Amino acid sequence: MQDKKNKIDKNKKLLLGNAAVARGLYEAGCVFVSSYPGTPSTEITEEAANYDEIYAEWAPNEKVAFEAAFGASVAGGRSFAGMKHVGLNVAADPLFTSAYTGVNAGFVIGVADDPSMHSSQNEQDSRHYAIAAKIPMLEPSDSEECLEYTKRAFELSEKFDTPVILKLTTRISHSQSLVTISEREEVGIREYKKNESKYIMRPANAIKRHPIVEQKLKDLEDYAASNSELNRIEYGDKSIGIITAGSSYAYAKDVYGDKASYLKLGMVYPLSEKLIKEFASQVDELYVIEELDPIIETYCKALGLKVKGKDLLPVIGEYSQELIKSKLLGIEPEFSSVDATIPVRPPVMCAGCPHRGTFYVLKKLGLTVMGDIGCYTLGTQIDTTLCMGASVSMLHGFNKVRPETASKCVGVIGDSTFMHSGITGLIDIIYNNSFSTLLVLDNSITGMTGHQQNPCTGLTLKNLPAKAISIEEICRACGVENVETVDPNNITEFEKLLKAELSKDKPSVIILKRPCALLKSVKKEDYVSVDSDLCSSCRACMRIGCPCISFETGKAVVDASQCIGCGLCMKMCKFGAMKLNKRGKV
Amino acid sequence: MTKNILICGVGGQGSLLASRILGQVAISQGWDTKVSEVHGMSQRGGSVVTYVKYSDTGKVASPVICRGEADVIISFEQLETARWLPFLKKDGKIVTSTQKIYPMPVISGNAVYPESLIEKIRENGNVVVECNAVDIAKALGNVKVANVVLIGLYAKHSGFDKEIFLEAVRECVPEKFLELNLKAFEAGYNA
Repeated sequence: MQDKKNKIDKNKKLLLGNAAVARGLYEAGCVFVSSYPGTPSTEITEEAANYDEIYAEWAPNEKVAFEAAFGASVAGGRSFAGMKHVGLNVAADPLFTSAYTGVNAGFVIGVADDPSMHSSQNEQDSRHYAIAAKIPMLEPSDSEECLEYTKRAFELSEKFDTPVILKLTTRISHSQSLVTISEREEVGIREYKKNESKYIMRPANAIKRHPIVEQKLKDLEDYAASNSELNRIEYGDKSIGIITAGSSYAYAKDVYGDKASYLKLGMVYPLSEKLIKEFASQVDELYVIEELDPIIETYCKALGLKVKGKDLLPVIGEYSQELIKSKLLGIEPEFSSVDATIPVRPPVMCAGCPHRGTFYVLKKLGLTVMGDIGCYTLGTQIDTTLCMGASVSMLHGFNKVRPETASKCVGVIGDSTFMHSGITGLIDIIYNNSFSTLLVLDNSITGMTGHQQNPCTGLTLKNLPAKAISIEEICRACGVENVETVDPNNITEFEKLLKAELSKDKPSVIILKRPCALLKSVKKEDYVSVDSDLCSSCRACMRIGCPCISFETGKAVVDASQCIGCGLCMKMCKFGAMKLNKRGKV
Repeated sequence: MTKNILICGVGGQGSLLASRILGQVAISQGWDTKVSEVHGMSQRGGSVVTYVKYSDTGKVASPVICRGEADVIISFEQLETARWLPFLKKDGKIVTSTQKIYPMPVISGNAVYPESLIEKIRENGNVVVECNAVDIAKALGNVKVANVVLIGLYAKHSGFDKEIFLEAVRECVPEKFLELNLKAFEAGYNA
């Protein structure tokens, strides 16, 4: 064992795909990172922030992040903007035109798709953006490639004068594999020269830039054909040839090993006609294995190639070696199971979650609730979830069509989501005069993505003090006259206030302020216990849906190890059976 | 040979650290290793699973473990052991905590937590090693180290030298919590 240990390369590290991208940013001499958190992309930026050489920040949304990073590139610094797939929708406006302007220093956009929707509202395929915006896209298949492709993306960006998209998926972002790290290359800051025809995209200039974009794509296609490191052919048995990319490559390798040949694409846009035709000519039967939409497959078919793909494999969900075995080889796994019905375990609001009080009152009053993106999406009372900020604008539209129910309808949005894209919706409410009541659930952090700072928290990504932007002042500045703040655990006060605001024929905002229970700053000194003699088994405490409370013995039991003593259950109990206790020193 | 270890539990139980320790054990041997994690929404008290795969001979291709592929399941909770059982190889081994955490459908009375799960799995013919990792962790003064207790229990049955695991724990746990975690490991190892 000792011998083996001595052979370990000190420069080899087990890194998360996202951490490997961050390492790539560091090694490539990147100086500026601006992102908005979104699973599965978040850790790229968190990890990048650990390097002193990189300025890294959370922007209020992806469009701002993109534009900030683009500005940094124009100024001459290598820059990066990170986001999840739906974040790229928000940043789509600058994305398309940045293809026309090109860059100064290298500019890379990291986008992470979420096939199977582990933590997303849809499973769109970001490759469509590369095609639509005419921007090259690289797709790594493990952490080593995450690092390598990040560095290469900067080189391509500067060589071809274009932004480059680095496309990840949940499985690549959140898998660890071995990478070889190296030193940072200090590339410095490039000279900035005013260049109207390149950077001012008024029609006269843009008309001249478009042909340049088309030419770049042709040049990139030639590059894709000639670069065997990025687009690699691995010949094994030539009876089956598989064109694949990203994690699908790993699954295909797992199933076929050397019993097939592979065209492993690192650049998924633009595709090389020459390379694909050459590979196709060498194999008997051609497969395309790609998650989500048939993009490579459609391209192959347009070239007149006979190819198997989505006729056998799904356009929905993540792939796996089991799926490929089943769909392409007809082999089903052998496995054990237990003779019992296993109840599902859906995600729930945490013990002590400040949203619990809010949703209890909303349910009690039987309101229609326009929801948004965040932990509160788990609230059982919400009627809708569409995208970041939609709660506010949808509330406006809903109330315009049904003014008679405006007093029974609210929108709920978190602090970070409000900063992201809630403000413009609020302006719509005021400007166009709907009597809407918006609830901002301010838990003092970006919760669902794992506790990122945001413009309201008073701290930056690098944990430096910042001006904490006041939601209340923003609402007032937008013209909302009725702005109230209340603790959501004070359910009596909140209910009274909500009824009062809903009855007004003017717009209102209620800020429900209480920090996320998982924050370290939230003390967990108290816990609730139940006096089983006083418990009447009425199950009133169950109305709040707290994961700490159970009725295994027929009486309420509170799991003291989970309970943080928020005391909401005590407010449900009419028999005084629940008591607050001080925890001893842990 | 590729070895596949599936770690399952309930969001918040510390499966990330457990998978990182196992990953560290494998890379300390110079083996190709992949660890697949779960972040985001499912962490909020949902059913979570992570995969650790390593190969002492070649490369690990896919980072995921599918049904019938796991050599070992390490589980923090009984119901999750049963849920992920189909992922175990026919002759695979289970290392599980006997802890029960009721999912919301059980709490709200819409479903029943099945009885005697571990006994039923044993009747299937699978080797099951168990301890109450939470009680052991509580006795050590911090319920959060239940994950490392379970890693200790697995270590004993893993075929690796104990010292290799201890080194991995030292590598993965912050200095501040190291002493407690080493105690937790020992307690699991001797459980």
